[in-house]
Amino acid sequence: MSEKEVLLKVEDLKVAYGSIEAVRGISFEVNKGEVVTILGANGAGKTTTLRTISGLLKAKAGSIRYKNLELTSLPAHEIVALGISQSPEGRRVFGTLTVEENLKLGAYTKKTYNNATLSWMYELFPRLSERKSQLAGTLSGGEQQMLAIGRALMSEPEMLLLDEPSLGLAPVLVKTIFDTIKQIKQSGVTVLLVEQNAKAALKLADKGYVLEVGKMVMKGDSKTLLESPQIQEAYLGKKK
Amino acid sequence: MDIFLQQLINGLTIGSIYALVALGYTMVYGVLKLINFAHGDLVAFSAYIGLVVMMQLSGAISSSAVIILLTFIVTMIIIAAAGVTLERIAYRPLRSAPRLSAVVSALGASLVIENGIMLIWGPRPKIFPADIVPSINWNIGGVYIGLLQLLVLVISFTLMFILYFFVNRTKLGTAMRASAIDQDAARLMGINVNKIIMTTFIIGSALGAVGGLFIGMYYRGIYFNMGWIYGLNAFVAAIIGGIGNIPGAMLGGLLLGVFNALISGYLSSSWALALTYVLLIVIMIFRPTGILGERVAEKV
Repeated sequence: MSEKEVLLKVEDLKVAYGSIEAVRGISFEVNKGEVVTILGANGAGKTTTLRTISGLLKAKAGSIRYKNLELTSLPAHEIVALGISQSPEGRRVFGTLTVEENLKLGAYTKKTYNNATLSWMYELFPRLSERKSQLAGTLSGGEQQMLAIGRALMSEPEMLLLDEPSLGLAPVLVKTIFDTIKQIKQSGVTVLLVEQNAKAALKLADKGYVLEVGKMVMKGDSKTLLESPQIQEAYLGKKK
Repeated sequence: MDIFLQQLINGLTIGSIYALVALGYTMVYGVLKLINFAHGDLVAFSAYIGLVVMMQLSGAISSSAVIILLTFIVTMIIIAAAGVTLERIAYRPLRSAPRLSAVVSALGASLVIENGIMLIWGPRPKIFPADIVPSINWNIGGVYIGLLQLLVLVISFTLMFILYFFVNRTKLGTAMRASAIDQDAARLMGINVNKIIMTTFIIGSALGAVGGLFIGMYYRGIYFNMGWIYGLNAFVAAIIGGIGNIPGAMLGGLLLGVFNALISGYLSSSWALALTYVLLIVIMIFRPTGILGERVAEKV
């Protein structure tokens, strides 16, 4: 294997809402081509971290470097243009726009959307292809999640941020979504996955981090984390 | 039947002016969830600017078609710039402040513009020249339609069609709709939401400027606080159609214009304003979100 190239490097990141610090100095790295997962309970600061990487929140301190570019001072729309896109928590699809309009908006930073990418999305998510001209708000939760991921991929990102893609979905759909993430990885896109479903996320990821009330408490390759007693107890529901 | 048709024509003319002004309210509400109370005063300002430009041009150019065309272009540009300035000064600094602060700022901006007009041009009404559009009238089976009315109708409908096409069929228009739905999600698509908001103010103000010019040319008398009453009518039109909804503002404007004209024709024009609000109340009771407004139901 060749030397691993660091795509995203977060160092000592602090983010606060007013006086409440939600992220208290975390550091992590994502290598090119990997799937990296950040695990943690509600309120651990996972979504805050992703929103800060995307530029929706301003960091209080620390740095986020993407290919040696500092992201913390850039507005959100420029970060997308650099090659980082996000499928946000709660999907946030544009409900009164059609499925196809949602997908095309994903490629907003491009002069025109790439037809091949659009076809790939319909291949990845055949359900969306059947519902092209339907309003996104009328889709089921699972379909909206597919749309949110597809929309984020339309910008042909080098790095995809996924915020709890399995949240609130039926088990069979959770499997579909994770299978899709695997396919996305195989296509060469680097994935930073935030999840509560620790087992599924670790099975898919190369390495993982565990976030607890704004601090990184564990890190390691997925296999080690899966077997770690703390993780098994806290996130996988197994008793000691 | 003649009265009905005549008032229908008159109502559609006034209604299309209301619609143009209503679009400015509804578009800004769409992206900022803010009632831009200063919009009506920008419309009044545009009538004054338009009059100045028109008088300057008529000294230099003889063709009234060219004068009118240039007056519209110049006025639209000036008012669009004023709209952008308004957003920068009065609304952008309050973007993350509580909603009420922005509303107060809007009311303040309204008073500043209104009194600014009075300081510059004085409190007495100004009169648009009578012969700028030749007073040609056609009699179609007992119903009169003037050249100016025809111009108002054709230009308004053309502009509304262009706007509808722009919003629904172009990339920038789709980005505008997306920003109205969810600003953060729009940012994640790479949309520069500040630019979208600026574009919204440019389009809304320019359409308002056309409305202001039509008011000047059609009613001829303009006065410094006219933004209040025309703005209020257009605002009511936007609400009747469903605030935030572009076809709604068009429909609401036309409906209100025709309603006003029919009241004036069959009853008395002094009842028009009172019954406008009765209409508003009735519509609000049965359709609180307006005729084309969406029911606000959030999926959790």
